[in-house]
Amino acid sequence: MDLFEYQGKQYFARYGIPVSAGDVATTVDDAVAIAERIGYPVVVKAQVQVGGRGKAGGIKLASDAAEARVHAGNILGMDIKGHVVRRVWVERASDIAEEYYASFTLDRAAKRHLLMLSAQGGVDIEEVAAKDPGAIVRLHVNPIEGLSEAAARAAAAEARIPERAQAGVASILVQLYECFTAGDCDLAEINPLILKPTGEVHALDAKVSLDANASFRHPEWDEFAATVELDDRERLAREKNLQYIGLDGTVGIIANGAGLAMSTLDVVNQVGGSAANFLDIGGGANAEVMAGALEVINSDQKVRSILINIFGGITRGEEVAKGIVEAVSRVSLRAPIVIRLDGTNADEGRRILAEAGIPESVLTSKPTMLEAARAAVAIAGR
Amino acid sequence: MAIFVDERTTVLVQGLTGGQGRYHGLRNRAYGTKVVAGVTPGKAGQDVEGIPVYDSVADAVAATGATASFVAVPPKAAPAAILEAARAGVRFVVCITEGIPAQDEARTFATLQRDFPGTRLLGPNCPGVISPGKCNIGITAGEIALPPSAQGPNVGIVSRSGTLTYQALYELKQQGIGVSTCVGIGGDPVPGTSFVDCLAEFEADPETHAIMMIGEIGGSAEEEAAEFIAANVTKPMSAYIAGVTAPPGKKMGHAGAIVSGGKGTAQGKMDALRGAGVRVGLNPTEAGSLMAEIVAGLRR
Repeated sequence: MDLFEYQGKQYFARYGIPVSAGDVATTVDDAVAIAERIGYPVVVKAQVQVGGRGKAGGIKLASDAAEARVHAGNILGMDIKGHVVRRVWVERASDIAEEYYASFTLDRAAKRHLLMLSAQGGVDIEEVAAKDPGAIVRLHVNPIEGLSEAAARAAAAEARIPERAQAGVASILVQLYECFTAGDCDLAEINPLILKPTGEVHALDAKVSLDANASFRHPEWDEFAATVELDDRERLAREKNLQYIGLDGTVGIIANGAGLAMSTLDVVNQVGGSAANFLDIGGGANAEVMAGALEVINSDQKVRSILINIFGGITRGEEVAKGIVEAVSRVSLRAPIVIRLDGTNADEGRRILAEAGIPESVLTSKPTMLEAARAAVAIAGR
Repeated sequence: MAIFVDERTTVLVQGLTGGQGRYHGLRNRAYGTKVVAGVTPGKAGQDVEGIPVYDSVADAVAATGATASFVAVPPKAAPAAILEAARAGVRFVVCITEGIPAQDEARTFATLQRDFPGTRLLGPNCPGVISPGKCNIGITAGEIALPPSAQGPNVGIVSRSGTLTYQALYELKQQGIGVSTCVGIGGDPVPGTSFVDCLAEFEADPETHAIMMIGEIGGSAEEEAAEFIAANVTKPMSAYIAGVTAPPGKKMGHAGAIVSGGKGTAQGKMDALRGAGVRVGLNPTEAGSLMAEIVAGLRR
């Protein structure tokens, strides 16, 4: 789950990381009221989960109420690379002496936490990595040992962050590491991490991605989940607890397992079709889950055929078949189903489908993934 | 021969009295796996269709001498269950649990590495391992795997994706090709066993004559495997990478399967594997057909 900047800053603040005083607004009046409260100059920042906000005109400095009103009015509702701005973050403008970069992620190859630190912040870190890789210090942290203040200080020195800022940077790195680990982040990034002329170090931006698997121990994440922007199909899928990603094609896809679902997309694409979605019903899905999945696919106006690709492991064929029979009786499907069913109890599943008396115009069965994909693509193209 | 598990492997199931543990534990036993014990704290003295249940892994190992553990407990309890098995001296642990927080996985792996280097963890969030005809630990439907033949050639399979593992077994069975061992390493961020671990074992296993590998987008495990193959693997290989059509930046179910910043793409992985001499199919069926060609070549 990716957080908006303002949520990331609020999350950072929980772990003691210094951020600018500010608040979030959804209306121009609220934005001006926040600016009046915290004092000028303020920065009005579009809250969208896409890079290049500044270049798109989504970040503006205001030195009085009139300017704050104009900027908030322009930015709210602005479309930045397809993301409509629904909120602005208004914060006290900071004087900047220098800009750095700091982040923690999990390095899958090393199976260790990875700190990336650079004295070149405020720009796209991928560009720094491409142009001047030596400018980024990479430090692996053993998850059961953690990051000490001394190691953080050494990393700051190695990154050639000036002496006067090293203690402040090290202190924030330790706090950011705590936020990353105890806060169950996939990514915790500060870019830029700034040094003020007064000598304080401070997070000017926040990029946080949370690990959804850890939500059981973070009740405070509920408010973040409420602001996740989904289309109608994705919202329905989420209500039904399904792994769904909306795409633009015409073949609705239901598969069990992320790998098989991705593979199904690939095969549909290879035989000349286009997938309307990615939908993984997961392991151990029962009849109710399958019926729910069909309802979600059915809510997509573009779907012309539905391809169900099930290879049973935990998922049992007879449960899948029962779900399809139930869904067909409950929902009026907008498109015909092509199914390929194999694995655990597939024979039983195929028998249930055959005995349900569903007409061939509604459901056909194919023995392989490739044949099923061809049939579904042919129907979608009719 | 086979890798990781064979007819001598004796298995205890952590969570045998739970829904998943019971279902798959009994299925594994019905397949012929020596499932000798279950572990559920507070349920010592009970049995699940004749399989005795113990309070702790240590008790189960002391009573039965189990050499492997099958962890089928919920995400909150799984890290502790894995470490309990390692502490009790179990050297091979299979964890099928889906949804363990990445931070917990990282700590669990680091703890195993530091304190129990003799224990191999397979998973979490993996389908398990099957040496067809000998031993099946996990959720694979055993009947889709063809046992290896004495004269060969037989194929070893290693896969990052659960359902695609079954798909691979199925494709090979359609072609009449026996499988020495099929390992599902799982798609989570910190898998206990990597492609490289499995490739090294297959390379050393006399019963394995060719290797099929199934990867997916995200991370760099396939690129690392390609490097290892180029330097160390002499047996012929075919491969498939899922996610050619995945949109960038979207998480496709597996935490591991995310394409960002042009890294970890299916194309990049396929190129790396081809560069290492692996024959790469564009879908699972094609990878199966390529393996059939490889096997036909070995038979001549």
